[in-house]
Amino acid sequence: MRAYWAIVSARFRTLLQYRAAAAAGFGTQCFWGLIRIMVLQAFYRATTAAQPMSLPQVVDYIWLGQAMFAMLPWSIDFEVAAMIRSGTVAYELLRPLDLYSLWFSRAAAARTAPTVLRAVPMFIAAGLFFGLRPPASTAAGAAWLLTMLGALLLACAISALLTISLLWTISGEGVVQLMLNCVVIFSGMVIPLPLFPDWAQSTLNFLPFRGILDVPARIYSGNLPAGEVAFLFAHQLLWAAAFIVAGRCMLARGMRRLVVQGG
Amino acid sequence: MLDGLRLYLRYMGVSVRSQMQYPASFVMLSLGAFLFTGVEFVGIWALLHRFGSVEGWTLPEIALLYGMVQVAFSISDATSRGFDTFASMIKSGDFDRLLLRPRSTALQLAGQELTLRRVGRFTVGLLVLLWAASHLDIAWSSAKLSLLAASILGGACLFFGLIVLQATLAFWTTESLEIVNTVTYGGVETAQYPLTIYRPWFRKFFTAVIPLACVNYFPALAILERPAPFALPWVSPLVGVAFLAMTLQVWRLGIRRYCSTGS
Amino acid sequence: MPQILVENLTKTFRIAIRQPGLWGAFRGLLARRYRTVRALDGISFSIEAGELVGYIGPNGAGKSTTVKVLAGILVPDSGRCEVLGRVPWRERVANVRQVGAVFGQRTQLWWDLPAIESFELLRDIYRVPADSYARTRAELIEMLDLAPFLDVPVRQLSLGQRMRCDLAASLLHSPTLLYLDEPTIGLDAVSKLAVRDFIRRLSRERGVTVLLTTHDMDDIEALCTRVIVISQGQILSDGTLEALRARVTPERWLIVDLLEPNDALTDPDAMEIRRDGSRVVLRFDPRVVPAAELISRITARHAVRDLFVENPPIEEIIARLYREEQT
Repeated sequence: MRAYWAIVSARFRTLLQYRAAAAAGFGTQCFWGLIRIMVLQAFYRATTAAQPMSLPQVVDYIWLGQAMFAMLPWSIDFEVAAMIRSGTVAYELLRPLDLYSLWFSRAAAARTAPTVLRAVPMFIAAGLFFGLRPPASTAAGAAWLLTMLGALLLACAISALLTISLLWTISGEGVVQLMLNCVVIFSGMVIPLPLFPDWAQSTLNFLPFRGILDVPARIYSGNLPAGEVAFLFAHQLLWAAAFIVAGRCMLARGMRRLVVQGG
Repeated sequence: MLDGLRLYLRYMGVSVRSQMQYPASFVMLSLGAFLFTGVEFVGIWALLHRFGSVEGWTLPEIALLYGMVQVAFSISDATSRGFDTFASMIKSGDFDRLLLRPRSTALQLAGQELTLRRVGRFTVGLLVLLWAASHLDIAWSSAKLSLLAASILGGACLFFGLIVLQATLAFWTTESLEIVNTVTYGGVETAQYPLTIYRPWFRKFFTAVIPLACVNYFPALAILERPAPFALPWVSPLVGVAFLAMTLQVWRLGIRRYCSTGS
Repeated sequence: MPQILVENLTKTFRIAIRQPGLWGAFRGLLARRYRTVRALDGISFSIEAGELVGYIGPNGAGKSTTVKVLAGILVPDSGRCEVLGRVPWRERVANVRQVGAVFGQRTQLWWDLPAIESFELLRDIYRVPADSYARTRAELIEMLDLAPFLDVPVRQLSLGQRMRCDLAASLLHSPTLLYLDEPTIGLDAVSKLAVRDFIRRLSRERGVTVLLTTHDMDDIEALCTRVIVISQGQILSDGTLEALRARVTPERWLIVDLLEPNDALTDPDAMEIRRDGSRVVLRFDPRVVPAAELISRITARHAVRDLFVENPPIEEIIARLYREEQT
């Protein structure tokens, strides 16, 4: 447990060293958020028809997306990737640890530290100046926190799976790129999922990626009723479990393959 | 001048041959970029599918804006890698090597790499442009075509100039220079929609400070035969070239500082 | 007319202080603090055409700062500097056209392509005329024995092979001056000898002026007739290696291999520095007792398998020089 805290605090310290980066990253996200909101405001201005999301809900959605930006499985674990590429990953088998859990925790550390560092100022700024509202109700707020946990599990499971896929391809970029694109669009980072055509909604609701951003954001703003949290959380957990199982299988097979090949 | 151009072409040949040593990686990364950019356009398409139009602009017209900026940006993104990675070059001390050669450092940096995988974004931009051209209800004259080409080149110069500015900042601070990334990628997003949807201060920024509107929005107005706020949309692409020239002067100031403080 | 003329160069740097710990990092976010470093504190020397000069000093002494000033990459705070009749930082391009440089730790070759392609690109960068390029390239390939691996991508070359290619690359434009920084670092013994041999030939047969910055004292002893020692921005010594030795200490070392490992070895005029089993290292002053006399005294009293006389290693000399300066 102490080791975990050491990883997280080391990450904090590194992040603080780059003072300009800390400010600029935040500035970037405010900028992007504003652009997206201006665009969507223009769209809503042009129409009087009823939409699956109200404009204030869209605004909440976008700012939550920016705040939770670092949560997404944007990249693979570079250190582990280097280990795999050089072959030293075989030494990991000598450790008295469950390798999958180790890599999963690393993914979790890589997600929580930057997210907290980014989310707090983003919530404050967006809440004060850019139209982010508090949760739709206390039930919504509680449900939101629960689904955030689900989002974290899901994101880590996907990230771990991507890293493990490197055991199978020499240039892991292929699978990672494909998965990244799926994540980005189907989680709602590009535009809120409800704004996609109606005929796409059932597919989007089935896919795992909505669990990373879309579900928590819509519960927060009340677009999805807090009462549905049980179903939504289960959706997140089931997909996370699927990714975890797939990840463990691939890891076991991959390591065995590595050892057999004498790599 | 001609000699410099010849050297630049030689540099490009070397860079292409270097990258062709890793064909699988090139294909994968290009495909990834293609999908990533394509996914963005899917988002735009979805919004226009749902809302019909925005500020009186329909999908083909938006597609024109989108295609122009993506092609312009991908050209600059492909040719500016030397400047883009300049911060790490200063840190490693490799910039001294460039100063030890009897050539302009800007030429050497420009020649460092022609990043082939940008062809992914380039292709998406080009395809969207072609689709827009075929679906737009306008008469394509040679004047309009040359304006289109000039705007794209002016846009490429503008984006290149932004990267030169980012590199110049590295002479003063070795910390992360995300702030320019903010403006660059923010600019690409902004240029996908007509300028009129944004708030006044935003519009002013992208017209006067970073003259993005001059290389994208105003020429598009001329091509689409929409009324322009001032009389010279045909000349505005030159602003992009002027911007690049200005940034290269600032670059020279940066070198002078480097030589007097030793980084 | 010296090729390189340096007079009273000074240069001071400001370096930001990194504060340790989490709290320090927070403070660093708000206000930066600096310290000043005097990299060059009034150095002067001149180098004539064709000299092979060693430039040595501890880390941070000001060696690379000096070379950067000579190359025109760095502007000094005060002082005079002329290279081949020009002020380097005012006429950078004209200056570097006649200068070659090799940095031991970093290559200037393009990583993924064969060295020969780097050569051709450099030919275009330096605008070397085709005929002189062909001639120079052929000579360098022959002198450095590059032919076997010219078509191999640079990333696959061994360190020795890469260094030889880097040396060739730096000379394609037939520069008058060559700055070498740690050219033999990390090389195996055979490659070191090859590189040293090449540098010697460059200097003797081609008359290239060479400024060699290195920590490797074997390089210095093998190549340099003249040595400049710099420490903390000041020149401590400038002259031949023998003069340096004599100035610091005239002492010499006598290394004796005894037949009996624990034989106690004493002599009124010699002091034991080190004992390694049956090998004893003694220190003596040849002005007090000539080597021959000491040797005969020792061999008379002890059973000796082998012995030889050496100068103290140059590192020892330099170390004493620094210590002297600090007191």
